[in-house]
Amino acid sequence: MKDAFIPPKAKLIIDRSLKPKNGDIVLAVINGEFTVKYLKKNPFKCWLIPANKKYKEIEVTPEMEMQVWGVVTAIIVNPNDTRCML
Amino acid sequence: MYALVDCNNFYASCERLFQPKLENRPVVVLSNNDGCTIARSDEAKAIGIEMGTPAFELEDTFKKYNVAVFSSNYTLYGDLSDRVMKTLAEFVPKLEVYSIDEAFLDMSELVYKDLAILGMDIKRTIQHNIGLPVCVGIATTKTLAKMANRYAKKKYKKLGVFYAANQELVNEMLLFTGVEDIWGIGRQYAALLKRNGIHTAMDVTKVPEEWMRSQMTVVGQRLWNELRGTPSIEWEYEAPAKKNICTSRSFGKLTGDKSILMEAASNYTAACAVKLRNQYSCAKAINVFINTNHHKTELPQYSRSITLEFETPSNLTGELIQYALKGLDIIYKEGYLFKKVGIMMLGLIPDDQVQTSLFDTKDRTKNKEALKTMDKLNKLLGRDAVRMASQGFERRYRLRANHLSQKYTTNIHEILKIKN
Repeated sequence: MKDAFIPPKAKLIIDRSLKPKNGDIVLAVINGEFTVKYLKKNPFKCWLIPANKKYKEIEVTPEMEMQVWGVVTAIIVNPNDTRCML
Repeated sequence: MYALVDCNNFYASCERLFQPKLENRPVVVLSNNDGCTIARSDEAKAIGIEMGTPAFELEDTFKKYNVAVFSSNYTLYGDLSDRVMKTLAEFVPKLEVYSIDEAFLDMSELVYKDLAILGMDIKRTIQHNIGLPVCVGIATTKTLAKMANRYAKKKYKKLGVFYAANQELVNEMLLFTGVEDIWGIGRQYAALLKRNGIHTAMDVTKVPEEWMRSQMTVVGQRLWNELRGTPSIEWEYEAPAKKNICTSRSFGKLTGDKSILMEAASNYTAACAVKLRNQYSCAKAINVFINTNHHKTELPQYSRSITLEFETPSNLTGELIQYALKGLDIIYKEGYLFKKVGIMMLGLIPDDQVQTSLFDTKDRTKNKEALKTMDKLNKLLGRDAVRMASQGFERRYRLRANHLSQKYTTNIHEILKIKN
């Protein structure tokens, strides 16, 4: 999640009780694995967008096992770890 | 109206919450010391793993079905239980925590609410906010609510809610429930009822009240009333203070080393002392016991216990440990391999009713303040962050816990790590 200013060792605060909205950063589970992505959705479709151009966007299809585990509400970062992002 | 909310396969569900790849895989949680099965996911039940089976008997099954096995992680379960209870408390004015994974909700004040919808709302909220599946049973008495919960689990698994809103629905559930599955009926009473041709909960409601009373004392009478829709079991908002406190555990492996026994005894005593202070009690006496493994008949056997009375009833860790070690010193014998040491606190009284002995020279107020600070620190920094020297650091007697998961929710160093 480099381009969302989340360096590798960042700590994320996650709120499960929130309803995920379009544009939220979420902790999602795809096929049993955790991943942090931007959530993009409209009434018909839903995507998980990585904030790192190296990775591809994922369109969520009905046959995929995808679940939003929680919504990221805060990011805690050690300033030394942010240098790599400049 | 009462609701009973109960988490499905609680321990197994807790483990799965932080390891979603275990979805659809059988999950089993083992008791202390990795002894026997104490929780199973539905998949584990389906392949025939029974409750309370020793783990070593299941090794082949575990391998064959790729079962995910866990040591019990009570820190995690306790914290998640807390979260469930706090969330439940937002729905109703009165709540009784019945066990780590179930609670009674008093719905009598919610007369204008559709309780079936409320039940589904509760289920959805716990699933969403905490991530644990629950079932909800709603009925006019606690016994019926408990039954409705079981009925929901067996009959309406998908929905997970059963509201016994009218007599017809109550009857449906009474007919479905065998006497052995009624809350509060043990094996003996179940056998007694069956001998008399009473097989379902429905049958129980049809016998005369007098018969139930004569055969099963007031317990039976209360049950009869509860099943017929008259609340007869009292509401307990707060668990009553415990009358005895005991900490005892089997060692990871047998030991004859006295220093290890002393360390274990110190730690168990310290744990008891914290429990005493948490419920504002003092103990009048301490009981120390040790025993060898009586299953290993080839080894020499020895077991003994001793009770020492305090001069002044106490809950001061240092003082209690002193007595515990004195007791251990008296009963310890060389040349045996011990399996277990245990500490029991006896004769508990409220700590404001303590009469100090005439010859008591200890500065109790100062000591108390110090321990208060210690308890606070330990709550903040983790169990036993501050401790008595005799408790040691190595925990050489420690239980086997080879499959322990992380303390995901209570320890910053063990939070979930996500590779992206």
